[in-house]
Amino acid sequence: MQDSITVSTDPSVRYLLRLGDTCLIHAQRLGEWCGHAPIIEEDIALTNIALDLIGQARGVLTRAGQLGGQQFDEDQLAFLREERDYFNPTLVELPRGDFAVTTVRNLMVAALLELLWTRLQTSSDAEVAAVAGKAVKEARYHHRHAADWLVRLGDGTAESRRRIETALDRLWPYSRELFQSDAIDDAALASGLGPRWAELRDPWLAAMRDALDAAGLAMPTETAFLSSGRQGIHSEHMGHMLAEMQYLQRSYPGGAW
Amino acid sequence: MTTATASAGRAARAWAVLDGVPDPEVPVLSVRDLGMVRSVDLAGDGTLDVVLTPTYSGCPATEMIERSVIEALDAAGLGPVRVTLRRAPAWTTDWISDDGRRKLREYGIAPPVHAAGEAVPIRIVRGATAPAPSCPHCGSADTEQISAFGSTACKALWRCRACAEPFDYFKPI
Repeated sequence: MQDSITVSTDPSVRYLLRLGDTCLIHAQRLGEWCGHAPIIEEDIALTNIALDLIGQARGVLTRAGQLGGQQFDEDQLAFLREERDYFNPTLVELPRGDFAVTTVRNLMVAALLELLWTRLQTSSDAEVAAVAGKAVKEARYHHRHAADWLVRLGDGTAESRRRIETALDRLWPYSRELFQSDAIDDAALASGLGPRWAELRDPWLAAMRDALDAAGLAMPTETAFLSSGRQGIHSEHMGHMLAEMQYLQRSYPGGAW
Repeated sequence: MTTATASAGRAARAWAVLDGVPDPEVPVLSVRDLGMVRSVDLAGDGTLDVVLTPTYSGCPATEMIERSVIEALDAAGLGPVRVTLRRAPAWTTDWISDDGRRKLREYGIAPPVHAAGEAVPIRIVRGATAPAPSCPHCGSADTEQISAFGSTACKALWRCRACAEPFDYFKPI
């Protein structure tokens, strides 16, 4: 079996892994809908969004692999790390749930990524800025699509509304983690690599409020719960997901087609 | 013939060859029609340097297009060739040539309608999105979106209310 790699603790590497892993793990969960979405158009939409996210993850992971004195490529970073070396927020690794859970998460993540990519267009790292220039348009498109669905389901039938409300209650507590600052964010701000995610909290809440208002849904209240995926401490779901995601490269090192 | 004109001749021939390299997912368009080719230059070491801008971050055709470009130029005797991807500034559908737009319409795909350079504010109203494309089959402006995502990353699925035909729309980005 293929051995694991250990990534640098350099704060720039860590900052980029948080971003790249958010895209990668969110995409992996979206990909699970392939062949299972409620309608064929949405089956295609979810996998198309996943494809955009994989493309974004590739750009960011490629750059992360070149920094901090390492030389890892995107595939090594995607498939050969241990669970604790992934730094996505817990939100994106949670099981895909029903279509309402997926819709709410798509909205939460797309709104976040749109704000992040917007700021990263002026990153001091030219590679990151270049990836952001393209990704921001894709995130905007994903955001609009998710918001449309939130309105359709929130303002739909009693059952669709019940499901959306349940999904909001379930996922909202995981939003608090997104906007916690630490030394990695501070270093990124100081070097000009990117913003502290905490700076995006107010515009993110405003974007969520717009969509929830349009859907006739109430803004959930903040809870004390704090998840820790961005620190590498994941939920019980992460390991199972990685086992499936990494199986092929672990068993057939360097396998390509 | 001087070396300078020979070089210019090789680059010019390369541009003509690139007119014949199709996008594998929208084969009616060449990589030039799409506006993917930034430059073709002869490097000091005699290599032909081709710079491409990828279209979508996750477009699975990008690597195939790189290979097709190298193969086509090699086959035309214009090698050795080196292809570089340049991401900034990001590709936009505004770079699709007028010729490309015409070819898309003739192929049954509505070309992107509005300038994609600027951010369009997100309006969360059902059914209301950016300006609607006209139907590539009958020309009617009375069209509606069926799905924001279509058969490939670059397309959305629309329907014409006048002739009732569905059609692909090359989404502006």
